[in-house]
Amino acid sequence: MQNPYLPYPIRIDDIIIESEDKNLKTFKFVFLNPDDERKFSYKSGQFAELSVTGKGEIPIGIASSPTEKGFVKFTVNKVGLVSSYLHAMKIGDIMGIRGPLGNCFPWERLEGKNVVIIGGGFAFTTLRSSIIYMLDPSNRSKFRDIHVIYGARTPGMLLYRDELIEWEKRDDINMHITVDGTDDPNWKYNIGFVPTITEKKAPPAGKDSFAIVCGPPIMIKFTQPVLDNLGYSHDKIILSLENRMKCGIGMCGRCNIGKEFVCKDGPVFTLEQLNKTPKEY
Amino acid sequence: MKYIKIDKKKWASGIDALTKSYRLYGPVKEEAFHNFKELEKGMLPDLTCLNTRLSPKSLIYPQSEALLEYSLDGSQKDHHIMKEIDKDYSPRAVIGIRPCDAKAFVLVGKNFDTPEYKDPYWLLSYEATTLVGQACESPCSTCFCTTAGCGPYHEEGLDILLVDGDDHYLAKALSEKGEKLLSAAGWDESVQAAEAESQIESKKQAAEKKIASIVHTNKLRDIDTTKLYDAPFWEDVSFSCINCGTCTYVCPTCWCFDIQDENRGKSGMRMRNWDSCMFPLFTVHGSGHNPRGTKLHRVRQRFMHKLKYYVDKYDSGIQCVGCGRCVRLCPVNIDIRRICDLMNSFNASEDACAV
Amino acid sequence: MLNYIDRIKEISARLLKDCSVEMVIGFRKGSVPMMNEPYFAKTAEDVERLVWDSNCGINLANYLTDRKEKIGIIAKGCDSRNIVTHIIENKIKREQLVIIGVPCKGMIDKHKISSMFDGEIREVSEDENNIVVRGHDFKEVLNKKDVLQQNCALCIHRNPVIHDELVADPVEEQQDVDRYADVREVEALAPAEKWNYFGDLLSACVRCYACRNACPLCYCPTCFVDESQPQWVGKSQDPIDVRTFHFLRAFHCAGRCTDCGACERACPVGINMRVFTKKLEKDCLELFEWEAGMSLDERPPLDTYKPGDPGDFIK
Repeated sequence: MQNPYLPYPIRIDDIIIESEDKNLKTFKFVFLNPDDERKFSYKSGQFAELSVTGKGEIPIGIASSPTEKGFVKFTVNKVGLVSSYLHAMKIGDIMGIRGPLGNCFPWERLEGKNVVIIGGGFAFTTLRSSIIYMLDPSNRSKFRDIHVIYGARTPGMLLYRDELIEWEKRDDINMHITVDGTDDPNWKYNIGFVPTITEKKAPPAGKDSFAIVCGPPIMIKFTQPVLDNLGYSHDKIILSLENRMKCGIGMCGRCNIGKEFVCKDGPVFTLEQLNKTPKEY
Repeated sequence: MKYIKIDKKKWASGIDALTKSYRLYGPVKEEAFHNFKELEKGMLPDLTCLNTRLSPKSLIYPQSEALLEYSLDGSQKDHHIMKEIDKDYSPRAVIGIRPCDAKAFVLVGKNFDTPEYKDPYWLLSYEATTLVGQACESPCSTCFCTTAGCGPYHEEGLDILLVDGDDHYLAKALSEKGEKLLSAAGWDESVQAAEAESQIESKKQAAEKKIASIVHTNKLRDIDTTKLYDAPFWEDVSFSCINCGTCTYVCPTCWCFDIQDENRGKSGMRMRNWDSCMFPLFTVHGSGHNPRGTKLHRVRQRFMHKLKYYVDKYDSGIQCVGCGRCVRLCPVNIDIRRICDLMNSFNASEDACAV
Repeated sequence: MLNYIDRIKEISARLLKDCSVEMVIGFRKGSVPMMNEPYFAKTAEDVERLVWDSNCGINLANYLTDRKEKIGIIAKGCDSRNIVTHIIENKIKREQLVIIGVPCKGMIDKHKISSMFDGEIREVSEDENNIVVRGHDFKEVLNKKDVLQQNCALCIHRNPVIHDELVADPVEEQQDVDRYADVREVEALAPAEKWNYFGDLLSACVRCYACRNACPLCYCPTCFVDESQPQWVGKSQDPIDVRTFHFLRAFHCAGRCTDCGACERACPVGINMRVFTKKLEKDCLELFEWEAGMSLDERPPLDTYKPGDPGDFIK
């Protein structure tokens, strides 16, 4: 019987400090056994349990896209016991990974559709995975218009800044980068909260429009009415939830909202599904 | 289906024979109450026990279990890489488990044995165990098994059902594992199926009539989840709760656990320990946000999970077998029977319901 | 004592009617023998459900912590001392409370009574002096005095030390009670024997924390056993971790514990952990002449420094 608690061994290959407050770091991991990388075949939207030997595990969204081969990337916020220890680790250190876990964004349903991606703060990680996946030459033609609204508190808190700038230059994706506020005179993008920018820049929904929203609960709370006004139906608004997790495979019972496990039946849910569940997330 | 008559004079020698091929567990009296313990050579299970204080779930699913081990010593070859631990899954048998506790394993199995993931620790342990059940002749006043999906003679989850016949036991083998155990014990006096069945049936009817406590669950499936979630009675129900873990720990159908790494010097183990949704920090996020930050949230979660979410998710009844342990042991006398009836009779269009 | 309930109901109804309080915390009848369930009454109908008998051992002060309402609280002697401690420790304000004091001659010990019978106890009833225990095929009459909780048998503060209402005349306090006989027995053991004694005492512990949660003194938002950065105590049943939890919890209650017995009453596996808290209570009495919760005007000894405090442990 395959043991779903046993992590694949990985090595830290690169560490990038993403944010100006140094609390967000992107880790690039390489599998010690190439066979494990093959077993770890994932889709955008899924997450993995990063196992720090001797400390514990944390569920983190996969930031790399399945189209990027040879490594996996995760952006981790320094919050508690395991993440703090991980932040202090060095290139070459050995740890573990379990996954891919959870369900992914509904890629079959999204084919042939317009997609609006709305992200806030460091919840943008699986959205990076999704954007790279969609922009890949073998995939771009499967989707129609792509809009991305991504905001953070300040320019220094935005993730993947170099990639954001590159995407902004492309004409097959519409980027609307925003910050809550800045006094940087060279800031050439938007200033305003994500819900406000969404109201201004997001295209109204046709019958073929989906919205993917990832962000802190407060951002989701204020973005939802905007999407309602723009005509997005609740079964076409896709959300990715967070909850405290341990096993990540629907066994330990901790992350349930109603009868769904966020780790196994989620973390991706439509708003229509969430309307029917208790708001315990 | 095999029916064997076990002369009580041959009981002890049979148990003794079993020790050659099984590790045996059974109810043992410790001071004021019974618990399941490993039977040492010569020990017999105490079948006068009404039911044990703690459930036998710890025999398949120990309270603390090491999952994986690792070395933190940089000079070791596989340092920091998690390794599986050799475990002993040699055959074992539980003698004298009640039908409610055996059915509980079937309910818990739905969580640990899914198409996508299988928990090897629970499954291998369960598969290695033969459950020899003892039918209940005199249920307690807190037993409500007949309306909780099983009963004093319920067979689901058992490998053998033992029915007391004064000078003998009538053993009904319900599975291959059960038949194997009966041979290993040397209990081989066959009985005619028809005769045995009619004996069992009449005793079953008599025992079921003695169950005085009932719950109503017929409407739980169809009630709207969010309306039940917002019902007004939760405040009253949850007031007395002290959020300890007693109910979850004694309950045979509760399974939540925590995973932690415990280090000692340069090596360590990834352990799992029972955890409880009643504990305040069960769902706390790293950011400090706690979706179930109040006592009301947690108490409501427990009963919604057992009596509603499980019903919706698996379509096989409530996640409770009516053993009555939580009712007897709750330090503040929160009674699941009362709450089940409150939930079942909840009518969303009325403002108040009986308390 | 059995007619106290009429006065309790009368007082509660009056307090709710004239809005001196928004709720009255008391007990309603339990669904199994020897148990009552803590309950809040907000209406006249609720008040009718209140009960009072020899099964009211739970410490209701546990339900006051950090509440914001005006509350009427039914309090025995030990409960009232915990209310004093709560007020001193800023867990509730004096102005919020209307304390309905109940003089108490002791609550019966359900663990003790259950262990006296082999079969299931179906019903327990009482009159002023006796308990009648009925099972499927037995009936026995016991003298209440013989089956009291141990802390009640040794109680020297049966009357509430603080109250706004009193439901009956004070009862006579017990005199010449040796509260620490069992503590002295353990103190006399050699260290290795003590270690084994503690190990046996705690061997059944399942870390359910019923003892901690039933205790009015344990109100830390994050208990030391739940801290993760750093983690002080493991979460398994490792004997060292179990001892650490019980010993440290007792120390956290030192100088504050009123020996209400809620911890032992709550324990599902029958551990007599009061031996730890009583040892510390004895020490506080001998070192600082201190009894917890007797007065609103005195701070506990572990809270204050007095020049005359014993210092002979400093070598």
